[in-house]
Amino acid sequence: MARAVSTRRKALVTICAWAVGIAIFFPILWTVLTSFKTEAEAIASPPSFLFFDWTLENYSTVQERSDYFRHFSNSVIISFGSTLLGLLIAIPAAWSMAFVPGKRTKDVLMWMLSTKMLPPVGVLIPIYLLFRDTGLLDTRIGLVMVLTLINLPIIVWMLFTYFREIPGEILEAARMDGAELWSEIVYVLTPMAVPGIASTLLLNIILSWNEAFWTLNLTAVDAAPLTAFIASYSSPEGLFYAKLSAASTMAIAPILIIGWFSQKQLVRGLTFGAVK
Amino acid sequence: MGQITLNQITKSFGDVQVIPPLDLQIDDGEFVVFVGPSGCGKSTLLRLIAGLEDVSSGDITIDGKNATEVPPAKRGLAMVFQSYALYPHMSVRKNIAFPLRMAGIDKAAQDAKVAAAAKVLNLTDYLDRRPGQLSGGQRQRVAIGRAIVREPAAFLFDEPLSNLDAALRVNMRLEISELHQSLKTTMIYVTHDQVEAMTMADKIVVLQAGRIEQVGSPLELYHTPRNKFVAGFIGSPKMNFLTGSFADEFDAATIGVRPEHLTVSQSDGKWVGKVGVSEHLGSDTFLYVDMDGVDEPITVRSSGEIGFRHGDIVHLTPAPDKIHRFDNQDLRIA
Repeated sequence: MARAVSTRRKALVTICAWAVGIAIFFPILWTVLTSFKTEAEAIASPPSFLFFDWTLENYSTVQERSDYFRHFSNSVIISFGSTLLGLLIAIPAAWSMAFVPGKRTKDVLMWMLSTKMLPPVGVLIPIYLLFRDTGLLDTRIGLVMVLTLINLPIIVWMLFTYFREIPGEILEAARMDGAELWSEIVYVLTPMAVPGIASTLLLNIILSWNEAFWTLNLTAVDAAPLTAFIASYSSPEGLFYAKLSAASTMAIAPILIIGWFSQKQLVRGLTFGAVK
Repeated sequence: MGQITLNQITKSFGDVQVIPPLDLQIDDGEFVVFVGPSGCGKSTLLRLIAGLEDVSSGDITIDGKNATEVPPAKRGLAMVFQSYALYPHMSVRKNIAFPLRMAGIDKAAQDAKVAAAAKVLNLTDYLDRRPGQLSGGQRQRVAIGRAIVREPAAFLFDEPLSNLDAALRVNMRLEISELHQSLKTTMIYVTHDQVEAMTMADKIVVLQAGRIEQVGSPLELYHTPRNKFVAGFIGSPKMNFLTGSFADEFDAATIGVRPEHLTVSQSDGKWVGKVGVSEHLGSDTFLYVDMDGVDEPITVRSSGEIGFRHGDIVHLTPAPDKIHRFDNQDLRIA
């Protein structure tokens, strides 16, 4: 009896999971399909799902009109740069909060997270002015800095959670074995936290890759990443759905591929310590 | 060398003082065991010596040098943890070599020392395995190996055997004792198991609530416990305590008699009681005897097999020179 119920429940859960999965995935699928349509077909009503004249015309137009690879390389530099810089700052910070917590550690963590609750637009003007006066507008280094700061609370929080799973005695053993603070972090803590660090790294690359608010507002030409590349297809001359879709597909493809290959690592990292 | 002196050290966590001012001298080459019930501060005391906790006041001297402010890495002590605390991402070889690597010793010398330690500890065949692939006893040996290679001034053991099963515990106990015989290095060993303390120690430090109750050799503690706490803690099975008219007769508030110092007879003796539970081990027989006017059953240990069973009336006689007398402060009356 119990078995019958659990099978039915299993089926129900499976159906729900698939429904949610499809609902989330559908817009992406639609974007990809639209990118292979002509502009006329893209706005046709009723829309055709699979039976239309497949064309690569949008991709070649997009590449001709705006240099995909320049935007791509900007995206790579900005997302990897900000994530690596963030890790460099966050590893020691998370170490100290996880292993030598003070009276205010919890408050500091909460405070850091609270900065994520502020609408970014609230600080857009001051940051824009700062960037303008320091010559950081439309520079990659400027974006790396701003995205590092934006994502730092998340990086610190994630690492803090992973580090806390590492038994303190192992670090004490390292100290007894003659390891100074830096050796302890490099030879013992970091290797043990690799799964956690890797998933933090991946998640932050994805977040920075997709970050649109700051990248759109603080860049114009030189440092413009793929978000700006997409945005450039949704304006002055009207909407070009097919070209916009082609640009979007080209922008999400690299991160989708990275995500696909690292999904095991991501899941393992995100559930680190949940199961022993 | 490995002489350690604790001078008036205290430790507080917040407002709670877990170690009141305490003095202790540990001589070079001694095997010292800190023993006491859980929460008595024995592990904290060890961690203060290791430098893993800072003392709240007082001084720690190692080999004549003030080490109070010296970080653990620089104290020249090695520690074996209860959880073994091996580095899970390193092979056994790298685990054992880690302290040498931290000390900047060259690769060839590292390999030679690791090989020597592995040989002593029977780990040669396991050097390329990860700690996760080893049994509890092997892991413990790796932890000891990691401590040996750095040739420390003293070894600190924090309940190293409590995660092992009973048979293995006895083996490892012997191995650690043998190691002490051959290395002649100071060892400080924390345990809550008084059998480990009795069998391994040159000197036992009995702790309760952060205070030292008594320091002495195992037999000193066994024969002349300074107070009722030490008397009850050292020795297995536990000492029997009697009060009231039983103690009055000896001019004491409490008297204590060890189970092995009671003779049991069917016909005559000093005290009368009824056998509750009897445990027959072959080598020994333990009788738990209920007596009028005594709250807890009196434990009697007789060597060999004696035929008393549940419900039998027995007569007990304490060996007159083995009766411990305590005053109303629970202190020993000489």
